[in-house]
Order: sequence, then structure tokens, then C-alpha cells
Amino acid sequence: MPVLSEMRTRRIGRWTSIIGVALAAIALLGSAAAARRPLSRSAPELLQETGLYADFGRHQVDPRHLEFAPQYPLWSDGAAKKRWISLPARAAIDGSNPDVWAFPAGTRFWKEFSFGGRRIETRFMERQEDGTWLYAAYEWNEDQSEARLVSERGKPKAFDLGGGRSHFIPSVNDCKSCHQGHPAQVLGFGALQLSSARDPNAIHGEPMPAPGVDLQYLVDNKLLKRLPRAVLENPPVIHAATPAERTALGYLHGNCGHCHNDAGSLRNLGFSLRHVQGPARRDAERTVATAVGQPVKGRFPGQAPDAKLRVEPGQPERSVLLQRMGSRNPLVQMPPVGTVMIDDEAIRLVTQWIRDLEAPVRSTEATGKTAQTKGEDP
Amino acid sequence: MKASRILLIAAAVAMSVPAIALAQSKTSAKSAQVKRGEYMTMVSGCHDCHTPLKMGANGPEPDMSRMLSGHPQDMQLPPAPGPTGPWNAHVAATLTAWAGPWGVSYTANLTPDPETGVLRDFTEQQFIQTMRTGKHQGQGRQILPPMPWPMIGKMTDQDLKAIFAYLRQIPPVKNKVPDPIIATQ
Repeated sequence: MPVLSEMRTRRIGRWTSIIGVALAAIALLGSAAAARRPLSRSAPELLQETGLYADFGRHQVDPRHLEFAPQYPLWSDGAAKKRWISLPARAAIDGSNPDVWAFPAGTRFWKEFSFGGRRIETRFMERQEDGTWLYAAYEWNEDQSEARLVSERGKPKAFDLGGGRSHFIPSVNDCKSCHQGHPAQVLGFGALQLSSARDPNAIHGEPMPAPGVDLQYLVDNKLLKRLPRAVLENPPVIHAATPAERTALGYLHGNCGHCHNDAGSLRNLGFSLRHVQGPARRDAERTVATAVGQPVKGRFPGQAPDAKLRVEPGQPERSVLLQRMGSRNPLVQMPPVGTVMIDDEAIRLVTQWIRDLEAPVRSTEATGKTAQTKGEDP
Repeated sequence: MKASRILLIAAAVAMSVPAIALAQSKTSAKSAQVKRGEYMTMVSGCHDCHTPLKMGANGPEPDMSRMLSGHPQDMQLPPAPGPTGPWNAHVAATLTAWAGPWGVSYTANLTPDPETGVLRDFTEQQFIQTMRTGKHQGQGRQILPPMPWPMIGKMTDQDLKAIFAYLRQIPPVKNKVPDPIIATQ
């Protein structure tokens, strides 16, 4: 009996220590989780509460966040922009679909907009547990000591751009209208934008900030997993006949492809300006296949009678794509939000590309797509 | 008749009855959805602006021969008066043309006319997004006042789908609504 009792005591003691270790581990994990910032659900009132800064007073960004620069940046009326991503500890982006990366819950992005060396706004996105994204914008005050949450309806006249025009801080609906135009919802952080083979001629291109976040960096640091080996071995490059065409199509990818693509809700237009890597990739870039020589089904106010094609080879003045890029009439302009000034450099780039295109249409796919194409370009 | 043949016929009948019942149930669900859409369209005031008013014996009344077809293309209007003082919006007698600080907007043709209906190329998802965001096809230009999308956008997906289903099957009316006029600043 004493032996049995001793055995029982030992067993209890062993189990007690196992349970003790387990409880300690749970407590540790719990405290680690508590130390990590909880997901926002609703946007905090102040920018510093989103976790961007290590020292807000000195505008010192938390060094754990990664600064990055897409190779084909979105035109924002000449604003200087800085961008950061933060992934939760030990989490990684799933790149198995190279065209639609899946970001873990808790991923945060920030984008800071400055004009004339002064911060005007910082936009914030955070992936929630249910897979949705939180969108918010913060407006900086005059002396740059505070950045406060802007109303969901946005903020007009945030910075005077001259000529009666001003910068508009977007509403949440504005954010969604672009970001939700593609299943990834993240626009400037993808395979082509972070390709190690950057386009040296990209307009408004920015030098890559330290530590040099590109595909190789993300994979090496285990921040991007399951990216198809082929994408890493052959970094994404726009398929183009000339370097100028590569740059033009890259610009359209970065500025138009978030709405005009084959995967989002406007796919019924049959009009894609987005470069793709995955199985949808064919010989021709989608822009060439779905824009060059392709008729516009609808019409926009003031459309010239002879402007009938999205892109008419050799005829920039008759190409609807260029006309809408070159307008800031709210009923006509493209993109429809986020800009009040025409991007003159882009107009020159795309004009030259269209001028250099040779008729007849080069895409073999074009004819088949035309029959299916329906819809007025929004 | 051989027993095996009887069995075969019985099996065929047994299999076809659920298929017919399923088809009927689908038709009935669709019809219920359209009815719901008709009701929602009526009580949400869609007719107020999208069906032009005409003068009847008892005053203005909706011209149901132009039901939900928007501002009549053949209606000639003089230039709208500018906003003055607290009276900063004006409306035509049809309730289909509105002028205000934003410019002049004409109510859209919501019928399924293949040439002039504004929804002709909308998917159901785009219609819902348009009502949720106030943007053309959910992602394009801003929809102009006085379209009450902030209120309509609060409807459930089910109700918006019902409205869309209803609008898809009303009589098409060929009516090319003029382009809006944006106010110059």
C-alpha cells in the first residue's frame, strides 16, 4: 500500500509538473498575445495608436516595419509618398497564387502623402480576423504634431494644389472603390510591383528604400511563402515589344489595373490593364489583348464621334483610354478618384506608345474577346 | 406489361416529380423575389424621380407609360437658374431634372432597354456596390444628387437583389437620358 501510495504521489507529481509547465506556457503565450497590438475593428482616433511609430514625437517609424516602394507607383497629383508594411510575428504572406497574395490577419499597411515637404495625410489598412480590411485616413495638422482620424466621408481641401484645385483625403467608400476592385485588395504590394527586375524607365519611380524589400527579400526572410519557384527564378517583367511599351503597360498596371482586371467585379467589361503571372497569363499582355483595337461599347459625355476604340493603333487622339486619362471632368476622368491633376508625363508616355503601335491589332486573342465584351467603361 | 418495364416507368416518374417540383420552386422563388423588388421600388420612392410626372385631371401623376425610364429625352429645358440664397436647388415639373450647386442631373433610365437603359451592363454585384458606395458600377464616377444612395445603400443584400431582379424584367423603354452638366467652379 505504501508503495502504491508513493507511485500515485509520483504520478500526481509528474502530472502536476506537466500541467504546471503547460499552464506556464499558456500564460507566456497569453502575455505575448497581450503585448501584441489587438486588431483594430474600428480605426483609432490618432495615427500613433495604429502602431506606425516607435517615437511619434520624433516621427521615428518603428524599425520592425518594412518600408517599400512599388516600381510602378500610383499617380497622386505629384504627392511624395512613403509606405510601410507590418506583418504579425511569425506570420507570412501566402504567395501560392502569384496574382492574389493572401495576407495574414493583423497585416498593416501605411501610406504617407506629402506635398511641398509637409505631411498631409497617412492612410492605414489593417486585415481583420474575418478577412476584411479596415480602411482609415489620418490628417496631419499644420505643425506636424498630430495626425487625427478623418471622417468616413473624407476631407476636401486638405492641401491647395493651385489653380482652384486641392487635395482630397478619400472617404472610406473611395478607398473601397479602388482596393475592392481586385480580390487581393492590396494594390502596390504584389509580384510585379516588387519584382527584383525593376523597370529602370518607370515614371515617377522612386529609389528602393532600405532594406530593399523585393520578392527575394521577402522569401529569404520567410515573409512570403509558397510563391511559385518560377516567379522567383524569373522575376516578373511586363511582356513588351520595346522598353517604352514595357513602361507604358507598367504604368497602366499601377494606375488602372486595380479596377480594370479579369478578377474583380468589373471583369464583365472584358477590359484588363493588369499584368498577370498565374495561369491566366498568355502570350500577350492583357492590356494589349483587351484594349488595342477593341471597341468601346458605351460612351462618355463629350466623346468625339470618331473615338470608338479603347486604343486605336497609331491614333492617340482617337483612343478613348487616352482621352479619359487626359480629362479631369468628374464624369469622364480616369482614374475616377484620387487625382485632380492630369499626369502629363504619363500622357506623353501613353501617347507615344499608341503612336508606335502598328495596325492591324497584334493580339490574336482580341477578336474572341470582343464578342464577349460588354459594358460601358465606368 | 412486364414487371421490369413497370418498374422502369415508376422510377422515371419518381425521378421526374422532384425535378419538376424543384423547377417550380425555383420559379416561385424568383417570382417572389421580383414581387419583393416591385414592392421595395414602390415604397422606397424610386418612381418619384425615375418615372416622369405628367399633368392629369387631378394634378401631377406618374406617367406609367414611361415607368422608371428617367428624364424624357424629348423634353426641352431652358438653362437652370443658379442657386440663390437658401433656395439652392431647382427641379423640373417632371421631377426628373434637378439643378443645384453640383450642376444639373437627369434621372436615369432604369428599364432594361438594351440601348439606353443605364443598368444594361450592370451585374447584380455592381448594382449592389453602386448603391453601397454611390459610385457608377460600384467603382466609377460619383453618382450625382439627389439620388439617395446613402439611404438605399443601407438595404440588405436581399432587398437590393430583389430590386435588381424587378428592374431586369419591367417593360423596356427606349429613352436616351441627357448627360449631366457639371457646375463650373
